[in-house]
Amino acid sequence: MDGMTFGSTVRKLVVIGNGMAGARAVEEVLARGGAEQFSITMFGDEPYGNYNRILLSNILSGQQDHSEIYINPLDWYKENSIRLHSGARVTHIDRAARVVTADNGVQEEYDILLIATGSRAFIPPMEGVWAEGGRLRPGIFAFRGIDDCNAIVAEAARSKRAAVIGGGLLGLEAARGLLNHGCEVHVIHLGQHLMDMQLDTAGGAMLRRAMEGMGVQVHLGKMTTTVLLEGEKVAGLRFKDGTELACDMVVVSAGIRPNAEIGSRAGLTVERAIVVDNTMRSPDDPHIYAVGECVQHRGKVYGLVAPLWDQAKVFADQVTGANTGAEYLGSKLATKLKVMGVELASMGITEPASDADEVIQFSEPKRGTYKKLIVRDGRLVGGILMGDISKAAYLMQAFDRDSRLPDERLELLFDLGAPPQKVTLDEMPVDAQVCNCNGVSKGAIGACVADGARSGSAVMKATRAGMGCGSCKGLVNELVEWFCGGEAEEDPSIHYYVPAIPLAKPELVAKIREQGLRSVSAVFAALAPQGEDAASKPPLASLLATIWAGEYEDERDARFINDRVHANIQKDGTFSVVPEMAGGVCTPAELMRIAQVAVKYQVPLVKLTGGQRIDLVGIAKADLPGVWQDLDMPAGTAWGKSYRTCKSCIGTEFCRFGLGDSMGLATRIERRFRGIDSPAKMKLATAGCPRNCSEAMVKDVGLVAIGDDKWEIYVGGAAGAHIRKGDLLCVVEGEDAAMQISGRFMQYYREHAKWKERTYSFVPRIGLERIRAIVVDDADGTAEALDQAMLASVEAAYDPWKEAVKPRTANQFADVVQAEMVGGGDD
Amino acid sequence: MTEAILKHRVGLLDAVPRGEGRVFEVAGQRLAVFRTHGDQVFATQEHCPHLGGPLADGLIDRGTVICPLHDRTYDLRSGAGVNTECQVRTYPASVGADGAIVVEVGQD
Ligand code: SRM
Ligand SMILES: Cc1cc2nc3c(=O)[nH]c(=O)nc-3n(C[C@H](O)[C@H](O)[C@H](O)COP(=O)(O)OP(=O)(O)OC[C@H]3O[C@@H](n4cnc5c(N)ncnc54)[C@H](O)[C@@H]3O)c2cc1C
Ligand code: SF4
Ligand code: FES
Repeated sequence: MDGMTFGSTVRKLVVIGNGMAGARAVEEVLARGGAEQFSITMFGDEPYGNYNRILLSNILSGQQDHSEIYINPLDWYKENSIRLHSGARVTHIDRAARVVTADNGVQEEYDILLIATGSRAFIPPMEGVWAEGGRLRPGIFAFRGIDDCNAIVAEAARSKRAAVIGGGLLGLEAARGLLNHGCEVHVIHLGQHLMDMQLDTAGGAMLRRAMEGMGVQVHLGKMTTTVLLEGEKVAGLRFKDGTELACDMVVVSAGIRPNAEIGSRAGLTVERAIVVDNTMRSPDDPHIYAVGECVQHRGKVYGLVAPLWDQAKVFADQVTGANTGAEYLGSKLATKLKVMGVELASMGITEPASDADEVIQFSEPKRGTYKKLIVRDGRLVGGILMGDISKAAYLMQAFDRDSRLPDERLELLFDLGAPPQKVTLDEMPVDAQVCNCNGVSKGAIGACVADGARSGSAVMKATRAGMGCGSCKGLVNELVEWFCGGEAEEDPSIHYYVPAIPLAKPELVAKIREQGLRSVSAVFAALAPQGEDAASKPPLASLLATIWAGEYEDERDARFINDRVHANIQKDGTFSVVPEMAGGVCTPAELMRIAQVAVKYQVPLVKLTGGQRIDLVGIAKADLPGVWQDLDMPAGTAWGKSYRTCKSCIGTEFCRFGLGDSMGLATRIERRFRGIDSPAKMKLATAGCPRNCSEAMVKDVGLVAIGDDKWEIYVGGAAGAHIRKGDLLCVVEGEDAAMQISGRFMQYYREHAKWKERTYSFVPRIGLERIRAIVVDDADGTAEALDQAMLASVEAAYDPWKEAVKPRTANQFADVVQAEMVGGGDD
Repeated sequence: MTEAILKHRVGLLDAVPRGEGRVFEVAGQRLAVFRTHGDQVFATQEHCPHLGGPLADGLIDRGTVICPLHDRTYDLRSGAGVNTECQVRTYPASVGADGAIVVEVGQD
């Protein structure tokens, strides 16, 4: 493909390094019309497209997945006619001939060469760390690229105890990530406190407590001298003070070293890194520029992304001629720690440099809150925020812009009085940086809105704001709202009940009733402009079951796999089986059958669930019917968007405090509502007294006995991904009333909630007062209808495990169907 | 170089319910075979390239399948990812005159 001919004005731009800086520099060039001026070639020695290195921490912790961190997929290179040599390492620059050579033999000529080789992990000298051939010994890892990340994850799965050498930003992110893989994690740090580049002693100590609270053990003031081995395997670390720590894997995160050798070999000035001037050009060669972590500018080498965005802009302004006056003048550094469970932001210096520096400090160690600001001549020169970082965005801007701080210092640390958000947005200068990862300013967001983007998601897509570590998403949304004068448009489809049908739930329900649509296919045929849509099927199936109860035509293909085989799919494609145990109670005979099933089917795991029952985990699809038959217990519906369980405490039966028969009521509830479809899970609980042992106050519906046969009914509680104390809907007398009001509430919720909207969102959305008016006081005169509809659903419910003997669809439980061959040969 | 393509009759159309998929073992190889509401048939590799999810258990419509584990969605004709960089292998599939599903599988 080298036969392209270039017009005489097209110059050749070659980029060494396909990392965050290299790729961004090319994007900036393209944004300035560079595609017409240059033919662009990139070399990257990682065999991938360009990805967001920052997010590797999230991959390690399992919060994100590889495919989510690519910035530019391979198509992007194609679309922009960029030739990418991936997996090719440039080894030689011939400055006289203006040719670079890669280790796979590829040669490319250049008019402009950009070096963006980044840096690598620094491995401090330690005995035993290297294996033959200059590789790290198996069991020892650096943390820099995707490959490192994969290797660490694989090893962590086998490992019992991991040591991370280095208690800086990256080391702590690595340690937190390792915890999620179930190993014991130790951080070994040379300094006297964690993150000593960004924190003072007090902040470091508090961070240590936070890390230890999560289960990471921290060892300070330890210099590792030796990796101890048992045969070829890592067995531990020895420190300079003679102490040792046993461990079976080691992640080294002790700083970075710029990949600058390529520059020195080519005769460019290299000190700590490749030296550049304010135009990002090498002082030795007008054809060579450098950006990113491999660069030294005014004596400084950076290890964060913000500076390299600025560098990339200056480079692009220069080489495209868009602004030949552009200069890079250095960056101020502010960081946020991306450790789940720790809120920490830090900027500038950590200790006052002289008595003239003013220090404003607040500390509440018990709550893990620490705030410290260093002010010089009325301007922020340093800051640490831990625990509560609500003021971080404002302070980081003030720091970055060197702007004058308000005289009322307390306001710097706390939001006083009314929420000053609006004021802050007004006051925020146009060029204040909002997204530090992608270098997007308030002005850029405004411009994007002016260009027609009317929603947060549209702006994020267009500007990339919020697409890095994500910590600024809230602020971006607020700014979009602000720029739209409070009239940011929502994407209209967010109001649709399902993506395929442009109707909100009430209109959709009306149409379905009006036209008598009883199956999902019928709904698609009548109402979906584009016809069938896979993602819209389960919400429609659930809705139809609610509307039509027994007269709903159950097309199994519209159901998620869990509802086709009545069990919960697991990561390896096997299923979990949870039989019903109303009120958490089962008979000895049932317990024995469960045990027999576990033995007979070699069930890999028998577990008590958080829902007070027993889970048989890891069952092949083909075994499900057998398991159900042998169990001879009703399904616990632990898999669907439906009524799930009613937990209970021991109640009046045995407890000395019991005021109501919580076990009995839970059993009645379970028997009545089991198998009822709903927009999202409905989890209930009954408690025999307000001690609330069964956590009834944080359930979708919770019933708490308060004596004299009275029950409090709480709704909209949650203690899962969100925590919310349920709202007290009413107090009723007697179990029957408790069942009736609970059922009426659930029916109202079934009819009005959005798909997957749990009651913890639904109740605040509709408002407790309104719900009470309808469900308790019957203000709309609909109570009777709600009760009837619920009764119809109760009567239509059936035990799906009965399909063990009467499958509903062909090969319903087959793991695999054998095929026969009819013909062969070439066609 | 021509690769030997073998046509396999994997079973009657009725072995797969409308709008669902099933796994078939075809000449020692496992494939996910889908049947749409319009009685079109498609065949893809068995496992999702993301983390090995069972594609035959996914929800489908007339053109795509959603992996049941993490919702990565693939075009049933081309195998291209709709919301992902991943892609799956597809195999030509059709319904024969005798009402049997026929899948073409290369021999390797
Ligand atoms: C088995 C169980 C864990 C255990 O071993 O204890 C469990 C397992 C799963 N939970 Fe749970 N949850 C279990 C009790 C809970 C509880 C506690 C409870 O029910 O009292 C909660 C908090 C209460 C709640 O629901 O809010 C809980 C909150 C969640 C959530 C967060 C829901 C939320 O909106 O806050 C999810 C995710 C979701 O629903 O999208 C979830 C999702 C899941 C799924 C279904 C993930 C999935 O989609 O496949 C897990 C299935 C694992 C598997 O392989 O089968 N699980 N899960 C518990 C089954 C209880 C039962 O007997 O039915
Ligand atoms: C786990 C982790 C978390 C981080 N978190 C943050 C954070 O929260 N905030 C923040 O600001 N920064 C963070 N960073 C730092 C940030 O990722 C770097 O500052 C940034 O990636 C530097 O960009 P770069 O292009 O200079 O180098 P890189 O992104 O490393 O890119 C350089 C590329 O050049 C390639 N290369 C090197 N030599 C050659 C050669 N001779 N030929 C061909 N290719 C070559 C390399 O393989 C690499 O792909 C983090 C870094 C890591 C590793
Ligand atoms: S069982 Fe629940 S808490 Fe545990 S990993 Fe699965 S979804 Fe998360
Ligand atoms: S395994 Fe298919 S999406 Fe994750």
